[in-house]
Order: sequence, then C-alpha cells, then structure tokens
Amino acid sequence: MKIKSQFALFVVLMIVWFLINNSFQIEIVIIGAVLSFIISLIFGRRTDVLNEFKFTPAAFFYTLVYLLVFFVELIKSNIDVALRVIKPSLPINPGIVKTKTVLKSKMARMILTNSITLTPGTLTVDIDDDILYIHWIDVESDDIDVATEKIVKKFEKILVKIYG
Amino acid sequence: MENSVIEIIGAVLVLLGAIFLFLGALGLVRMPDVYNRIQAGTKASTLGTFLSLIGLLLIIPAWWGKLILLVIFILITNPVSSHVLARASYCIKVPMFKKTVVDKYKEDVVKLFKKDENND
Repeated sequence: MKIKSQFALFVVLMIVWFLINNSFQIEIVIIGAVLSFIISLIFGRRTDVLNEFKFTPAAFFYTLVYLLVFFVELIKSNIDVALRVIKPSLPINPGIVKTKTVLKSKMARMILTNSITLTPGTLTVDIDDDILYIHWIDVESDDIDVATEKIVKKFEKILVKIYG
Repeated sequence: MENSVIEIIGAVLVLLGAIFLFLGALGLVRMPDVYNRIQAGTKASTLGTFLSLIGLLLIIPAWWGKLILLVIFILITNPVSSHVLARASYCIKVPMFKKTVVDKYKEDVVKLFKKDENND
C-alpha cells in the first residue's frame, strides 16, 4: 500500500518536472528522477488519496465527459455571475443551503466539492460526511432535495460512474 | 499569414480574459458581504485566467508545458482557498448580508466545530 502511493507520487512529480523543463536531455531526466524518488520516499505515505485514481478505459472516457460538462458549466456560470455584477440593481439572493451527496470515496468528494466551488455562484463552505453546506448566490429553494438536484446532481451523476 | 491569424485569435482571447478579470474586480467593489465578494472576486476570475492562459498558449506555443501546469495549479488551489476563506470568516462570525434568504449552516455549526476539536 505504501509502495503504491509512493509510486503514484513519483509519477506525478516526474510529469510535473517534464512539463516545467520541456526537454528530455539525459542530465535533466536523471536529476528529476533522483529528486522525485527522494521526495516520494519521504512524503509517499501521506498521499494515499492518489491511489483512488482509476485507469480503466471507462474511467478515462467518463473523465473526458466530466471535463467537458465541467467547462460548459464553468463558462455558463461565469457569464451568469458577470451579468449579475454589471446590472445596476445587483440581483443577488444569497444564502447557505444544505445538500446531500451519495459519493463515498475521498477523491470523488474532493473533485465534487472543488467543481462546485469553481463554478461561480456556488461555494462549498463545509462538509460533514455526506452533507455539503453550500453558499449559493441565488437561492432558488432551501429544500435539501431541490438544492441537491440543482447544484450537485449534474456533476455527481458522472462521478458516480467513475468512482462508484 | 497563418501565423498572424492565430496570433490575433490569441490576442482576442487574452482581451476577453482581461474583461472577465475586470468584472471580477468590479464584483469585489459592488458585492455587499464577504461571502458574495468571495463568489465574485475569486471565481468570476477563473474563466478570465483560463482565457488569458489559452490566448497566451496560441501566441507563444513553446510555453505549453508551463501554461498547462498553471491551469492545473489554479484548478486545485483556487477552490481550496475560497472554501477556507469562507469557512474562516464564518468561524469569526463575519455578519452576512441582511437580505440573506436562508442560513442552514447556523443550526449545525456548533456541533461541527465540537466534532473537529475532538478529532484534534
């Protein structure tokens, strides 16, 4: 288990190193490999969340679908919030609502809450097991089921297929 | 000729990004309380930053590795920082906007903080 998470961290560090240097000269590869090895040896046991990545074809496909859905939502909600800022009457209707998630894995919850926070208009304030507290700039309903349907479901239905 | 077309598209994307960043800044001034400012300020700017970086990618393709790293870094850190700012302002009882419709967090906040203390 520990070896696996160390290896995952090593791979991530190597990818970052190659992206920064943008070259495959032998010295650069060796320096990167040695540094990544030392860092992953020390910090490997703390990154067990990386183990939850799945590398099946289906997971890969749904990750692409998820990115597409996410960017469409990002653009839509960015324009929405920008319009609210411009309008002289400042049409906001803020509040903190409760929502529920069916996701169990740590990684899936992290991706879900980060996506909710990144799309403007919704902001995850806290999480307590399967309850998410979300600050919503335009509260349409304070009912837990309706809010879940409006905010969480569009991301969750794809994440469920990846992380089950 | 082809090069200059790509450059113009890149420049337009950077300009669009700058407009979104400006709207984010305007939101910081106009919004009534901390939580709404976090909404406008830290996040109306996500699209602005992404558009600027994509535009830059078209103008200077050699920087692709670093630009992709920047996008990933923003994707990971931006939501974490806005979440922590919002939670910390709630902890020190920063007042909410008077027209706030509903605050479901209030009912559970004491219970949640007790739970956190026990975990420490």
